[in-house]
Amino acid sequence: MLSFIARRLGLLIPTFFGVTLLTFALIRLIPGDPVEVMMGERRVDPEMHAQAMERLGLNKPLYQQYFDYIGQLASGNLGESLRSRESVWNEFLTLFPATVELALAALLFAGTLGLIAGVVAALKRGTPLDHGVMSIALTGYSMPIFWWGLLLIMFFSVGLGWTPVSGRIDLLYDIPPVTGFMLIDTLLSDEPGAFVDALRHLILPAIVLGTIPLAVIARMTRSAMLEVLREDYIRTARAKGLSPTRVVFVHGLRNALIPVLTVFGLQVGTLLAGAVLTETIFSWPGIGKWLIEAIGARDYPVVQNGILLIACLVILVNFTVDILYGLANPRIRHQK
Amino acid sequence: MTTSTPLDQSLLYPSPLKEFWQAFAHNTGALGGLAFMILLVFCALFAPWVAPHDPSEQYRDFLLTPPVWLDGGQWQFLLGTDELGRDLLSRLIHGARLSLLIGLASVVLSLIPGILLGLVAGFFPRLLGPGIMRLMDIMLALPSLLLAVAIVAILGPGLINTIFAIAIVSLPSYVRLTRAAVMGELNRDYVTAAQLAGANLPRLMFVTVLPNCMAPLIVQATLSFSSAILDAAALGFLGLGVQPPTPEWGTMLASARDYIERAWWVVSLPGLAILLSVLAINLMGDGLRDALDPKLKNAQ
Amino acid sequence: MSLLNIRNLSVRFGPAMPVVDGLDLSVEQGEVLAIVGESGSGKSVTMMALMGLIDAPGIVQADCLQFDGTDMLRLKGRQRRHIVGKDLAMVFQDPMTALNPSYTVGFQIEEVLQQHLGLKGKAARARALELLERVEIPGAASRLDAYPHQLSGGMSQRVAIAMAIAAEPKLLIADEPTTALDVTIQAQIMELLLDLQRDQGMALVLITHDLAVVAETAQRVCVMYAGQAVELGHVPALFDAPSHPYTEALLKAIPEHSAGASRLATLPGIVPGRYDRPLGCLLSPRCPYVQERCHQQRPALEPHDRGAARCFFPLEVA
Repeated sequence: MLSFIARRLGLLIPTFFGVTLLTFALIRLIPGDPVEVMMGERRVDPEMHAQAMERLGLNKPLYQQYFDYIGQLASGNLGESLRSRESVWNEFLTLFPATVELALAALLFAGTLGLIAGVVAALKRGTPLDHGVMSIALTGYSMPIFWWGLLLIMFFSVGLGWTPVSGRIDLLYDIPPVTGFMLIDTLLSDEPGAFVDALRHLILPAIVLGTIPLAVIARMTRSAMLEVLREDYIRTARAKGLSPTRVVFVHGLRNALIPVLTVFGLQVGTLLAGAVLTETIFSWPGIGKWLIEAIGARDYPVVQNGILLIACLVILVNFTVDILYGLANPRIRHQK
Repeated sequence: MTTSTPLDQSLLYPSPLKEFWQAFAHNTGALGGLAFMILLVFCALFAPWVAPHDPSEQYRDFLLTPPVWLDGGQWQFLLGTDELGRDLLSRLIHGARLSLLIGLASVVLSLIPGILLGLVAGFFPRLLGPGIMRLMDIMLALPSLLLAVAIVAILGPGLINTIFAIAIVSLPSYVRLTRAAVMGELNRDYVTAAQLAGANLPRLMFVTVLPNCMAPLIVQATLSFSSAILDAAALGFLGLGVQPPTPEWGTMLASARDYIERAWWVVSLPGLAILLSVLAINLMGDGLRDALDPKLKNAQ
Repeated sequence: MSLLNIRNLSVRFGPAMPVVDGLDLSVEQGEVLAIVGESGSGKSVTMMALMGLIDAPGIVQADCLQFDGTDMLRLKGRQRRHIVGKDLAMVFQDPMTALNPSYTVGFQIEEVLQQHLGLKGKAARARALELLERVEIPGAASRLDAYPHQLSGGMSQRVAIAMAIAAEPKLLIADEPTTALDVTIQAQIMELLLDLQRDQGMALVLITHDLAVVAETAQRVCVMYAGQAVELGHVPALFDAPSHPYTEALLKAIPEHSAGASRLATLPGIVPGRYDRPLGCLLSPRCPYVQERCHQQRPALEPHDRGAARCFFPLEVA
């Protein structure tokens, strides 16, 4: 198992350097003069221009600039935001829990419902129920989630008034950030009703963000289940006199989970991309909204290293999924 | 041998095209998708004649007119008007043009280099393959929409840049698919036979091997067509895609956000257009996949 | 009363001819019965029907499908599951796919013990170990925590057998238990099965197409052809004097039986498919002794002094 992990870790290193190359290139590919673009004005004073070039290290040869960049990253310096003068790393850390909370809620929603829908569709194969579930899944898969979010807001928030329109919590509450996770922080605070309020803020964004993963997981679970249910060991399990529930869930689902888990992991990338849209719609203060605002404000250090951080996140999650995949599948674990 | 016996039609093998069509037509969803796509393409091609109004003409006396079946609806604006009094139906029809254009252009722009890179990676598994695949892995490390956002952040918003961004983003899947298919085919005897017959490298690549790798590529092209439409609309919605007043569906949604409490139609209809187009293409994609390659049926 | 009593069993998938057609069969307590036939003759399907493993759209019908005094067709799911896996157990053909790859050997055996005997925890584990030892798995204690992919085919089949006998069944069905194994292992597995059968006094139904195995192991044989039983008889009488032309042809196809002949005897033609059954006797297109009547009518399974045969003109029965 350890050698398995070590091998996967070895594969991460070139990918990581590749991503740094990408984000490095990002800022140097901006058409026009980088200093003018960053300062947002034309015809910058030549002396200031030279200073800025010096400060940004843009006057050195390219390979030197890249090594400097890597050196900075290695020392934990991700630069500072042009807008807030706050370090990019700190801003990321403050906003990151909000995105994680949203993503986890979305995954929980998508995972539970997707598994149930997929298993039910597989067991009722060919029936109207199966066709119905799969049609809904394909619709979910095709959904422009930014529009879906607007529709839900229009219906539940504006129309019925059940849920708030935006943000993580009502301004009435003053919740000290302890963990950064609003659901936990509200429980830790003494404010009555704050937890429920945070939950009501979370529901719609989580549904919106979870919609596409839900559809993908449902489709994948169904096809994996159908494949597994045809296996000989399912017949063996039935010949043992086990109850249908046990056959389906213990012997079937466990094996069907292996491909589903991979898809689950791949959905994390989709989830972060979806977070950009969902956070923008619901004014959810996470890294997706942060990145889009930085792009709008030409805050290049934030854009550059924000993208780097998100890419690293995706790489790490995929790595974790790989390891979990090994744990779930003894055949892979024992491979040399 | 001049007497010709009439051929028994039932003994003839059906042409591949006919066989494919029979399998495809068996799938009602795919047929529905195809029908909707034909309608959409028709609208896009003949937009200036189909659309009742000019999409940017502002009827100042008819701001936010509701669709015709609601109170206050006007027959001249079947689906109502937007906040500037522009006819929604006409804007949607012209929007179909943009969406299809973006989808088509980005698929072509990524399919061709994708296939070339995939062929090269497959034919030179030691020399160039690993380098190309590593590069694709790096591109896959970023979620597609985020990568597109990053690219547009560099290049600046706009129609052409949107197309480029989406084309770059969908490149890795073509490269991977082509390479995997090529590696599978290269072990087959017919390739060895062609080599022994003296086929040169380009002939081997394009005439011998490539046609046998097309099935998954066609399916992938359909799927990336639909995600191109989605991503383009998302970029438009974020203000990074096609800029107003061009009637792009995502851009229309972005400006409609402010009217969410007053005029549901300006919010609902552009999104519905996106959903239906993407759904139609995905339905066709499912049908194509089942018809072209039964082995892929259970693949994601 | 017989342990297993099957009367007029038919199994069909869709509108075509049934895969098993009007089958009568009985198995006595502690007996070894062999069911012999080519692939697709309905041997396995018969036993799957008994186990309740035929799913829709398959349809199972019988006048009587009685096991140990209960009619299996009348049982509801839960009642059936009290019998299946406990008194009635089955070992399948391919051991490499018959075990669940995600669970250890121990887990899969203990599952049966818990389901039918209510054994849990240490007691179950101890019993599982005993069972592995009983099926002669070397280093049994260490194999409890092994995953199926770590076992060889022969070893996996031993595990599958251990699972099947875990609740001491009255009838064990072995569906071509050695076909997927190496030749050297085949004899060992057969020996193990027979040993267990004698030891526990259980009945054994052996589905096979290997007549040599039948001659050495079974007391009675049922020969199946195209979904029907064509001959029933005792060993060794049936081997000495087969009364059905098909049985005779099968016997002639064994190399040892045609010693001296320059070529191995073969039966021309193939088993009729589900859609192209002849009007008369199912064997009529291939039978060397075929007569006019055979093309017109279907024979019934007629008992004679040494067994029964489905033939208008049985051999050596005068």
